Amino acid sequence: MSVNALYDYHHESRDKVENFHGMQLLYVYWPHHLMYCSPFAFLVAPDMTFGVLLEEVLKPAVAAHPDASKANFLEAGWQLNGEPFTPDVSATLRDSGIDHKSMLTVTTQGLDGIAGSAS
Amino acid sequence: MPVNNKKLNLKDKYQYLTRDMAWEPSYQKKEDIFPNESFEGIKITDWSQWEDPFRLTMDAYWKYQAEKEKKLYAIFDAFAQNNGHQNISDARYVNALKLFLSGVSPLEHAAYQGYARVGRDFSGAGARVACQMQAIDELRHSQTQQHAMSHYNKHFNGLHDAAHMHDRVWFLSVPKSFFDDARTAGPFEFLTAISFSFEYVLTNLLFVPFMSGAAYNGDMATVTFGFSAQSDEARHMTLGLEVIKFILEQHEDNVPIVQRWIDKWFWRGFRLLSLVGMMMDYMLPNKVMSWAEAWEVYYEQNGGALFKDLERYGIRPPKYQDIANDAKHHVSHQAWSTFYQYGHATNFHTWMPEKDELDWLSQKYPDTFDKYYRARFEHWTKEHTEGRRFYNNTLPQLCQVCQIPTIFTEKDDPTMLSHRQIEHEGERFHFCSDGCCDIFKDEPEKYVQAWLPVHQIYQGNCDGGDVETVVSKYYHINIGQDNFEYIGSPDHQRWLSIKGKQPDAKAGGANQDAA
Amino acid sequence: MSQLVFIAFQDNDNARYMVDAIATDNPDAEIQHQPAMIRVQAEKRLVINRETMEEVLGREWDVQEMLVDVISIGGNVDEDDDHFILQWN
Repeated sequence: MSVNALYDYHHESRDKVENFHGMQLLYVYWPHHLMYCSPFAFLVAPDMTFGVLLEEVLKPAVAAHPDASKANFLEAGWQLNGEPFTPDVSATLRDSGIDHKSMLTVTTQGLDGIAGSAS
Repeated sequence: MPVNNKKLNLKDKYQYLTRDMAWEPSYQKKEDIFPNESFEGIKITDWSQWEDPFRLTMDAYWKYQAEKEKKLYAIFDAFAQNNGHQNISDARYVNALKLFLSGVSPLEHAAYQGYARVGRDFSGAGARVACQMQAIDELRHSQTQQHAMSHYNKHFNGLHDAAHMHDRVWFLSVPKSFFDDARTAGPFEFLTAISFSFEYVLTNLLFVPFMSGAAYNGDMATVTFGFSAQSDEARHMTLGLEVIKFILEQHEDNVPIVQRWIDKWFWRGFRLLSLVGMMMDYMLPNKVMSWAEAWEVYYEQNGGALFKDLERYGIRPPKYQDIANDAKHHVSHQAWSTFYQYGHATNFHTWMPEKDELDWLSQKYPDTFDKYYRARFEHWTKEHTEGRRFYNNTLPQLCQVCQIPTIFTEKDDPTMLSHRQIEHEGERFHFCSDGCCDIFKDEPEKYVQAWLPVHQIYQGNCDGGDVETVVSKYYHINIGQDNFEYIGSPDHQRWLSIKGKQPDAKAGGANQDAA
Repeated sequence: MSQLVFIAFQDNDNARYMVDAIATDNPDAEIQHQPAMIRVQAEKRLVINRETMEEVLGREWDVQEMLVDVISIGGNVDEDDDHFILQWN
């Protein structure tokens, strides 16, 4: 469906990738760790490697969680936009198929949050 | 001509002073005078069928409104003269008022603008008069709320720049975008959104149990403006119900359009009320009823009766009502968790509930609180005690439609977020639920324009790239005064000093840092 | 399913008379006292009669005076010079 309007109604997306000055948005969701209330929103460079994303972006973001030190994110189960995904630490985000406003979901089996409450 | 001294009865008076004041245009076409009346697809065949059950005329309107104002301002004066702020249950309560002043009062002003506009859009005189009165009411609400809270502004932080914050602060984009969505719709959708779905179905949850809670926490000024505003609301609600019945009775083609609007605006309102749920369960030190109990009375029971009444028009209860009803056990805890962890970017303080408050929550939410939330809160309390008060230093993903961080969980699995994602014209969009995703899919051109605060910060449109600069420079939140943890804050110290619990001369500088 | 109409008043002097009048005319109505407010609910129908109110108050009373003290309502409204009725059909 589309907007019911008095004239031909069209508007450009406010969040198209061109508006991010060469950077892009990336969301990361770590299920069963709802102490972080929602997936993270990161501003990242498309030529950043996956390894740098893990070490310099994701790990600092989750550091305050008691499960963080136990999590092996490389060995974890990954999804990219709902599809299975195999991370390659040396590949860039662009080469990994991670485009603007993509969402990564990383599931660490056996880690179920604070006192097993999925928090 | 015989002089007739007899008073006009209500029906005649209403007829003479509203409908009879209108006229049929003679030298302009009606559709040129009211160009916005038909593009939404709503068919009106006979405006004279419009009913105003209160039959209120402008003369009676001024008389009763003046009486309400006199009562209200007498109480404001008494409250200020007696330093009423010293008699509230606890200064944590004032944080609910900060949220109210920056989140709700500007909506009253937006409603005033909305009704002033749509009143002009209708060719029916009855609808125009009702919208005119409501526009004036809403302006009154916006003003009286600011007057009531100006007293608190003299004694507590975070109340100094509400209108500015409403336009900019991340979580205030939630109420702001809600009303902007309604105000940019056509006139009939606006009435369905605000008069019916919001006023009739949902505002009771804000103005009745929360205001009763304000009274229970010793806040005479707020309960008085709340109930004074709500006395207008009874009229607005009646208008809301009459609007819906009128539209539905005019033409059967209107039914599916109205149903879609009810579905949309119920869901949008329900999401918006997550904030009120948290105010009820976490920001009222003396509890009146839980959010779940309020939802049961004011939505499930009253809303249930309403939708049963509307069945005869072919209207069913809102889509995803089952998800909303189930969420009453979760949303207040999820919202409070969110504000707690982003408390460095709010104009109010956050805190963890004390032991007896946790027990109250466990008792009121027997199926969810201990299982999903209590351990999280106890962990945060422990961290705070050990000098590591938790703040989330990464910005959250926001829902494209309701603009709330995507914090809500699945009805059938509260351990998983109910995230939804679609592609539209080559771009990915993210949502908190099927409800919000459906709204996007109906009108994507509208929601691709969403001004999402997180994305705006990342685009460099908010005066700085780091949270501290955005919060202080762009939001006008005074760092160390208005934001962060309540315990040890200047407000907390001031409160202790008011209560004589601790000698405190320097209620100015709590030394806190975000983790 | 039960279909309740309701009306809520500020808990003040005017409203107390109103609640007395309602109780007289609607013997099955349930009256709930909550902080700063009084909520009255009834199955399907609730009526406020001017005549009863005038008797309780001992003075003339205009049905629209209630606008000053009412907080909220649920139900279809039917108002004229003599009564205020809330009902579900």
